[in-house]
Amino acid sequence: MSVLQNVLESGKFGVTAEMAPPKGFDFTEQMASAEVLRGKVHSVNVTDMQSASLKASSLGLCIHLKQAGLEPILQITGRDRNRMGIMADVLSAASFGIDTMLALTGDHPVVGDCPQSKPVYDLDSVGILRMLTKMEQTNCDCGGNELTGPAPKFYKGASVTPLYEPLLLQINKLRQKVDSGAMYIQTQGIFDLDMFKRFLEVVEKSGIKTHIMAGIIPLKAAGMAKYMNENVPGIAVPQEMIDRLAAEAAVGKEKGVKGLPAKLGIEMAAEMIARIKDEKLCDGVHIMAIGAERNVPAILEKAGVTAE
Amino acid sequence: MIITQKKPIEELMGLIGDAKRVAIIGCGSCATACHTGGEPEIAELKSYLESKGKTVVATSVADYCCMNLGVKGKVRPLTAAQPDCIVCMSCGDGVQCVANNANVPVYPSNNTMFLGEAVRFGQWEEACHLCGNCVLGQTGGICPIAHCAKSLVNGPCGGQKNGKCEVNPENDCAWIKIYKRLEAIGQLDKLAQTRDDKGYQDVAYPRTVSLRGNK
Repeated sequence: MSVLQNVLESGKFGVTAEMAPPKGFDFTEQMASAEVLRGKVHSVNVTDMQSASLKASSLGLCIHLKQAGLEPILQITGRDRNRMGIMADVLSAASFGIDTMLALTGDHPVVGDCPQSKPVYDLDSVGILRMLTKMEQTNCDCGGNELTGPAPKFYKGASVTPLYEPLLLQINKLRQKVDSGAMYIQTQGIFDLDMFKRFLEVVEKSGIKTHIMAGIIPLKAAGMAKYMNENVPGIAVPQEMIDRLAAEAAVGKEKGVKGLPAKLGIEMAAEMIARIKDEKLCDGVHIMAIGAERNVPAILEKAGVTAE
Repeated sequence: MIITQKKPIEELMGLIGDAKRVAIIGCGSCATACHTGGEPEIAELKSYLESKGKTVVATSVADYCCMNLGVKGKVRPLTAAQPDCIVCMSCGDGVQCVANNANVPVYPSNNTMFLGEAVRFGQWEEACHLCGNCVLGQTGGICPIAHCAKSLVNGPCGGQKNGKCEVNPENDCAWIKIYKRLEAIGQLDKLAQTRDDKGYQDVAYPRTVSLRGNK
C-alpha cells in the first residue's frame, strides 16, 4: 500500500514536499535535496515539467528516489503524452515499485521554454484519473486490451485551486476528479487561512469526500510574492505578508545581514502549517519550496510537525 | 466560414519563380468575405504581377473553389490560355480542388487559418475544430474544443487569471464563458456531467462523408 495512502487513511497528518528533476542528466543535486527530506516528509512529489519548462522526466527522478528508499509521487500531466504514452509510463513506474501518482492537466507549452512544442492534451487531469481507474477495474489497457498480469494499483491524487472565481467551476472539477478516482487532493499555495476555510466549507457542503493537503509555498522575498500575485493563477499573497517581508529586507540591509526575508518566509510557512494542524483544518500539507527543499526540515520543525 | 489570410507577397513570388505566364482564380465565397480572393484582390494581384514583368493570361472567380463540379468549368478557360502556373486565391481546400483540375502547377496565395465566424466586419474568430463529435449541446453552444487552448472537455484548468487564458491573456477562459452561458440558460446541471472521453479514432484523417452509399 502507498505510504501516503496509509498515512492519510489512518488519520495521520500527511506531509509531502515537491521537487523538480534537473534540466540535464546530473541528478546529484536533486538526490542531495531528497536526502534532506528523508524521514521528514511522507512522500515527495516529482513535477512533470512544471510551468512547461523542459526538465528530465518525472519518472526518471521518481525511480532514483525509489531506489534510494524514498517515497516518490509521480506527477503526470496530459500536456506531452497521449493516453498511450501516459499508460506506458505508469506501467514502467509500477515496475519500479512506484505506487502514488498525481494527475494534472499541465501548463500549456506556449507559457514555457519550448513554445514550439505541440500541445497534446489527449487526456486532461480527469481523463488521466479515469483511464487509470478503468485500468485497475478491468485489467485492460487504454484500448480495452487485456494486460499481461494484473493492472498496477496507484494511490491517485489531483490538485485544486481554492482561490478561484467562479468557485463552483473548481468545485465541479474537484468532484469530477474525486469521482474519477482521485483519493487525495493537494491545493495550490495557500496564504490566507480565512479564504482556505471558506473553500473547505464549500467542499464540505458539496458532499465531496477526499483527503485535502494544503499547499504551502515558503516565501523568500517580497518580490517573489509580488511576482506570484501578478503571474501565478490562484495565488494571492496578502499585502500584510509582503510588507513584513519588505520590512525584514530593510532591517537586513541596515544591519548588513543577508537572508532575513527568507528566514521570515520560513517562520510564516511554519506558522501556517502549525495552525492548519492545530485547528485540524485539513488532512495534511504539501510544501512547494521551489528549489529551496533544504529549508523544508526547518519549516516542519518550527511548525512542530513530524512525518509520523 | 473558412478564414484565410494573404501570404506575404514575397512568398507567393517565390512560388511563382521564373514562370512568365500566370492565371489567377479567386473564390466567390469565404475568400471574398475575407478580402483574400474576391474581384478586388484578383485585380490587385494582377497589377502587381504585371508590374513585376509577368503576363496574367486569364482570371476567373469560382462561386466556390471547394466544389469540384463548378471549379472544373472555371479552370478549363484558364488552362486554355496556356499559363505556366495558376495562382489560387482561396482556402487550402480550394487550392487542392483547382489543382486536381489543372495540368500546370497551382500555387496558394493565402494561408488557411481556421473555421470561424465574422464577429463584426473585418474581424473573425475561430469557433469550430471540426472534431467530428459535437459537444455544443452540453456546453451552452460554446465549443470547448475550439475556444479552450487545451481543448479541455471536463471544465477549466487552473490556468486562468482574472477570467483570461494562460495561453493568451486576450482570450477569455472558455470554461468561464461556458459556465456563464449555462447559468444564463438554466442548464448549470450540465456542468456536473463528466463527459465521455470521445477519443480520436473518429477523426483519423483524411475523412470522407458520402450520401451516395458505398462507392
